[in-house]
Amino acid sequence: MSTALLSLQGVTRSFGGLKAVHNVSLGVPDGSLTALIGPNGAGKTTLFALMSGFLLPDRGRIEFDGDDITGRSPHLNARAGMARTFQIVQPFAAQTVRENIAVGAHLHQGRRSMALAAAEAVAQQVGLASQLDKPAADLTVAGRKRLELARALATQPRLLLLDEVLAGLNPQEIAEMIPVVRAIARGGVTVLMIEHVMQAVMHLAQHVWVLAQGELIAQGSPAEVTGNAHVIEAYLGHGTAARLQGQAK
Amino acid sequence: MFNLSILFPSVLNGLTTGAVYALIALGLTLIYGVLHIINFAHGAALMVALYGVYWLKTGMGIDPYLALPLMVMAMFALGYGLQRGVINRASHGKDENILLVTLGVSIVMENLALLAFKSDTRTIETAYTLTTVPIDIGIGQAMIALPKLVAFGGAVIASAILILIVTRTDLGRAIRAVAKEKHGAKLMGIDVEHVYAMSFGIGLACLGAAACLLLPAYYVNPQVGGGFVLVAFTIVVLGGMGSFAGALVGGLLIGVVESLGGLYLGESLGQIGIFAIFIVVLLLRPQGLFSGNS
Amino acid sequence: MSSLSISLRERLSIAVFAGVVATLLWVLDSGVALNFIMMTLYAALLAQAWNVLGGFGGQFSFGHALFFGTGAYVQAMAQVHWGLNPWLALPLGMVISTAVGLFVGALSFRYGLKGSYFALVTLAFAEVFRIVATSVPFTGAGVGLMVPLREGVDNMQFASRRGYGLLVLSLVVLALCLTHWLRHSRFGAWLQAVRDNEDAARAVGVNPFGIKLGAIALSAALMGSAGAFYVQVFQYIDPGIAYGPHTSVEALVGAIVGGMGTLWGPVAGALVLHVLADLTRNLFGQLPGINMVIYGMVLVLMVMFAPRGITGTGQSIRRWWLRSDRDHKKEQA
Repeated sequence: MSTALLSLQGVTRSFGGLKAVHNVSLGVPDGSLTALIGPNGAGKTTLFALMSGFLLPDRGRIEFDGDDITGRSPHLNARAGMARTFQIVQPFAAQTVRENIAVGAHLHQGRRSMALAAAEAVAQQVGLASQLDKPAADLTVAGRKRLELARALATQPRLLLLDEVLAGLNPQEIAEMIPVVRAIARGGVTVLMIEHVMQAVMHLAQHVWVLAQGELIAQGSPAEVTGNAHVIEAYLGHGTAARLQGQAK
Repeated sequence: MFNLSILFPSVLNGLTTGAVYALIALGLTLIYGVLHIINFAHGAALMVALYGVYWLKTGMGIDPYLALPLMVMAMFALGYGLQRGVINRASHGKDENILLVTLGVSIVMENLALLAFKSDTRTIETAYTLTTVPIDIGIGQAMIALPKLVAFGGAVIASAILILIVTRTDLGRAIRAVAKEKHGAKLMGIDVEHVYAMSFGIGLACLGAAACLLLPAYYVNPQVGGGFVLVAFTIVVLGGMGSFAGALVGGLLIGVVESLGGLYLGESLGQIGIFAIFIVVLLLRPQGLFSGNS
Repeated sequence: MSSLSISLRERLSIAVFAGVVATLLWVLDSGVALNFIMMTLYAALLAQAWNVLGGFGGQFSFGHALFFGTGAYVQAMAQVHWGLNPWLALPLGMVISTAVGLFVGALSFRYGLKGSYFALVTLAFAEVFRIVATSVPFTGAGVGLMVPLREGVDNMQFASRRGYGLLVLSLVVLALCLTHWLRHSRFGAWLQAVRDNEDAARAVGVNPFGIKLGAIALSAALMGSAGAFYVQVFQYIDPGIAYGPHTSVEALVGAIVGGMGTLWGPVAGALVLHVLADLTRNLFGQLPGINMVIYGMVLVLMVMFAPRGITGTGQSIRRWWLRSDRDHKKEQA
């Protein structure tokens, strides 16, 4: 695999007495589509927050594109090319879909008209073109997830951190989102997704990390990981594992 | 400069004022702790209470200290009514707009008072207004005005009663339940709206007591509310939003700071000391000196 | 409708507004009418200034008089103490108000103050300035400062309200242009993003601290110009007028009533409040404080029934406290 675009070395973060993330080291290869899975409360979103700069690690080092970004502010990370979505979607509720995405586009577009045009293009990409003038608050869950994705995409990131972008979607909506994510990755963006929807993980991910109770308990291809006894115990359960093994890439 | 014979009376005076400040801050803390709102109308309500005491004395001849139970009940009723009738309605149960609503209420109160009483500063005369009491303990001596001493004692007693209510009575238990977990309390059958209104009423009742204790040694005009609001907030923030102990200690502390500030910087500039503390605390340690809940 | 034509329509409406009001000012002779227009424009300026920080930035200041008073005192002191021409004092006042704004903003936003805490801090600062102004002889202490009467355009003192009306109209148009720019620029988009969801904004590369500083600077500058204007009209300033709650409240209520975060909201709100104030004066006579009673009641009623302002298009007051003061001290990142 290619060199790591994002690398974590020994990252640890506690809240009070609770070790949310403990000594996690991983490298996200440039140009890859990878996944981070694990039970609720495992620390996955905390890891995203640490990567993107919303949280400061207690220990460890984070590198992005060769630079040490440990503790750097989120907005600086965004400008360097790291975009993230939030598990609980965070729209600019009072603004329209177009305006929402335009905020992301403005990272590279100084002029309002250019940003709005770029927003339209991104909306096309994710399938929101028909809802451009709707207030974000009026979107369905699926719509808001797409908006979240679109806004992050509009910043023209090198690395896209997707936090459960499929959560709350029905099977059809999931089926519609998967090719969108794949297309983004094919377009050259490195994607790391937190996901519970294992179907998507099996279909999309080239490499999977498994986090449980703040620690990395396994990593490998989707097939390897779903066959891992540790992972089955901690997260998947035997039934799911068996089913997934049957469908493994 | 640090002459004990000047310092001692100043500190003592500060403590007496501080005790009343503490009582005011306790009311604000209760309201914040339970309703989670920053009651901007607190100062204006105190002003209204002061005018109430003033009118009872000049219009009906009732001594402020004797009027205390009356004022407490009247202010309680005002508070209950305000919360239930105006603040709750306007904010639709959300914490969000309450700051604006309480600001609006305070503006209305202040200016109605201005309309009714004009902007003159008024004081009352009682038999004991000018009596002073000598205090002599080992490290110093001072002559403290009797009303101030009564204020100190009264404030301490009132604060104790308030804390007892909150910690020992059924109402207090309901209040603490609602403060901690509103939805859970509702599920347990507690009438949250009623508890909110009760808490607001008690918060204002504290002001009724404070007004009775204050007026003999102080004055009233429509603008006093503003000054008290900021002082009260300073204390509440300093002591830790929602901490009774913090409000008590903070009140005494601020009282002393104000007194010493007035001593060294003169009356007006001394006030700045308080605001400077307020700003610094807000910026550096907004959780206050004692964080935690009441 | 494409955004380009929205932008064009707004610019056109500003031009029409300027033209119509200027014509009215030029043509009308009645002192009452001219005064009404001038005072309404002045109130609109206050509301517009507050709107930049409060409506577009989502930071509610309760002590906006801080910047008003600074602009006013600079205007007065520059003329009285240094003999500076008022046309030069005005921009100077705006600059110094901006500096004060940057100072307060830097402190407040650096430490992540939001919501009620920010409102309180601005109030505290206004009070501090008021006390200092009352105590320091340089500002005339409690008595205040009077600017000597000397009529002449070169001295920014006009024979009638007509001249002052045109002066404040140009300031209002300036504020309108600034507001228009906020609605159609990157800075404005970033500012509103920070208002609506600060974390989401950070995630797409917006620096909240810098943006808020910019907003408070612009807001303070406009407010300062209003203060300078006040001094020219009334030739007098004292600590109560400069830093007291009246101006802070007028600015705030005007913007909220009209609709926060909009182009015409503050102007509409100022007009409504002004008409109300005039009506009450006609009904009840010149009673001290009656204006403020009305403002207070209107504020409460507004929040109760029309949180989006009378134009119905403003930012709802309700939404904003969703990320309020309770989590104002975030993890440092």
